[in-house]
Amino acid sequence: MFPLTEENKHVAQLLLSTGTCPRCIFRFCGVDFHAPYKLPYKELLNELQKFLEIEKDELVLEVPNPPPKKIRLQELEDGIDGIDNLSQNGEGRVSVIEDGSIASKSSNLNVCNVCLGILQEFCEKEFIKKVCQKVEASGFEFTNLVFSVSFPPQLSVREHAAWLLVKQEMGKQSLSLGRNDIVQLKEAYKWITHPLFSEELGVPIDGKSLFEVSVVFAHPETVEDCHFLRAICPDCFKPAKNKQSVFTRMAVMKALTKIKEEDFRKQFPCPPNSPKAVCTVLEIECAHGAVFVAGRYNKYSRNLPQTPWIIDGERKLESSVEELISDHLLAVFKAESFNFSSSGREDVDVRTLGNGRPFAIELVNPHRVHFTSQEIKELQQKINNSSNKIQVRDLQLVTREAIGHMKEGEEEKTKSYSALIWTNKVIQKKDIEFLNDIKDLKIDQKTPLRVLHRRPLAVRTRIIHSMETRYVDEHHFHLYLKTQAGTYIKEFVHGDFGRTKPNIGSLMNVTADILELDVESVDVDWPPALDD
Amino acid sequence: LNKCQFIYSCAGRSTVWYEEELYQPITQHQIFAPYRICVITLAESHPVLQSGKTIKSVSYQISTNCSRLQNKVSGKFKRGAQFLTELAPLCKIYCSDGEEYTVSSCVRGRLMEVNENILHEPSILQEKPSTEGYIAVVLPKFEESKSITEGLLTQQQYEEVLVKRIHAATATSRASRGITTTTAPTPPQPARSVC
Repeated sequence: MFPLTEENKHVAQLLLSTGTCPRCIFRFCGVDFHAPYKLPYKELLNELQKFLEIEKDELVLEVPNPPPKKIRLQELEDGIDGIDNLSQNGEGRVSVIEDGSIASKSSNLNVCNVCLGILQEFCEKEFIKKVCQKVEASGFEFTNLVFSVSFPPQLSVREHAAWLLVKQEMGKQSLSLGRNDIVQLKEAYKWITHPLFSEELGVPIDGKSLFEVSVVFAHPETVEDCHFLRAICPDCFKPAKNKQSVFTRMAVMKALTKIKEEDFRKQFPCPPNSPKAVCTVLEIECAHGAVFVAGRYNKYSRNLPQTPWIIDGERKLESSVEELISDHLLAVFKAESFNFSSSGREDVDVRTLGNGRPFAIELVNPHRVHFTSQEIKELQQKINNSSNKIQVRDLQLVTREAIGHMKEGEEEKTKSYSALIWTNKVIQKKDIEFLNDIKDLKIDQKTPLRVLHRRPLAVRTRIIHSMETRYVDEHHFHLYLKTQAGTYIKEFVHGDFGRTKPNIGSLMNVTADILELDVESVDVDWPPALDD
Repeated sequence: LNKCQFIYSCAGRSTVWYEEELYQPITQHQIFAPYRICVITLAESHPVLQSGKTIKSVSYQISTNCSRLQNKVSGKFKRGAQFLTELAPLCKIYCSDGEEYTVSSCVRGRLMEVNENILHEPSILQEKPSTEGYIAVVLPKFEESKSITEGLLTQQQYEEVLVKRIHAATATSRASRGITTTTAPTPPQPARSVC
């Protein structure tokens, strides 16, 4: 059923004669249900014509298809005479038609002066198919999608001009359609295109989807349409670092709310003039939101950094914990890049034993995201088979929110260690027994010298909850400690020039050094343990 | 001095460098430089460390307007640090025999901290000059951190100098600055970048 009624006639007539397309006419008449917009363009034009009882040759937008050139020009000139006072771009229209031997029906039609073609060819099946082809070629795996579209800022200016025109016309008839009754361009666009996408790609549109298809339109011909706004509202258009152009959609919209009607009309034609060409498609891109994989790692090498160790472009040590784990994930998830984080970390020369240290990897723009728990188990096995320097357990997909648990552990939870200690003085078993009885020892640690170049200078109070010793020989013993998170163990042993007090050396009244250190446990109960 | 290197065998290996003052030939300093940090300590041949000397007091007030104790650094980039040149005085050591010694920085950079423990307990300066009795911690500019050790002596060269001195007719003639080559293995710590 045709959505316009008698009271819309004047506005519809005015808009059509000034070069506005049927769907934009619907919008400015407040048509807010989807069905009319989805009808094919040609049909809409015909219905509109019938509704307005216009003769075919008076129609500005449609050109008969395919008449010989001469006749067309003649008809057009007739048409142009009639509406010359309304159009400012007659010449342009002629040139479009001269090209008229183009088969595609959309290029036979003049470009809408409000939507610049967005609600003409760019919402129809042919274009959507083209976009979907690109989506399918991109190789992403998805079960739903969110569609985002970006229009050139000058559309807001044209919309505003059309609105002023319509408002004036309605004033004559004392109609009460308000600004908010006008259907937004983007909204109408999505009403039409969402079902087309779903049908073509076989998946639903879901605003919460992690898979985003984005289309960006531009209209180089009218880029300067916005520039007059800068003179009137200069502070809307302050240059920002990251923006190429100062005339962003937001800035333009803001200026339009500030500008007075008279000033606007002086600088911009109402109705807007008809452009020569439709919008161009600047980009069609697909991207998938990040997915997160968590687990726990053990480190068995005393020569492996957690992250790649590169100084002046030169790699100082081969590989790293993060690469040994992430490289496999990157390949399987077909991701662009990754971000590795863990609940604390250990030095190059320290092993991580026990249940291992929790970690999480953010996989950026993954092309493959659906994995069964069996597949993840196999991935874990693959990682473990590929290296004896690290081992991984409890590998699983997690949400972004879950990462918070891991970082919590870093600051709050306890850790336990075992260290091999050397003493300068000869020791007997009885000399180390007293350490077993010390509970919740408070120590003050100035920022260790070995990290002072990259950490602020400060004093940190930490607690050594408990210790246990095992005598080895006259100059060596094993020390097991359970400490508060953030304790520097090495410095607790050798004292760091006396900047960690008390320390093992001061407690035993010897000079002590640490020969080996292992992390025995990281007491964080995340990620959830999986049965193997 | 092997002992001192051993202490960092696990935590981070450091090299010990020696400085021989041209202007105050009897003052010698010892600089540990793990990574980019320099710890200034007295070298074994320093007069204060010779037997028979008693330290009366140590002072960080090096001039009327400047006390090293006022040094306050904040943040990761250590803003507010006092800037030191090689000859900048760090502290003064007053001995019971009336002798007074000024310890200079020997290293260009920003002063991180001075050791307040030797104020309260001057004896540790003599008992543990290379560890708990350190004088100060200095952070050279990143661009200069490699060249810091130019103009300094390795331990071996230092010991050779001492031997030469013992054989020399007078206490010092022309002290010569040795050209150093680093002998320390690269520290194995997982610094993300040397910032």
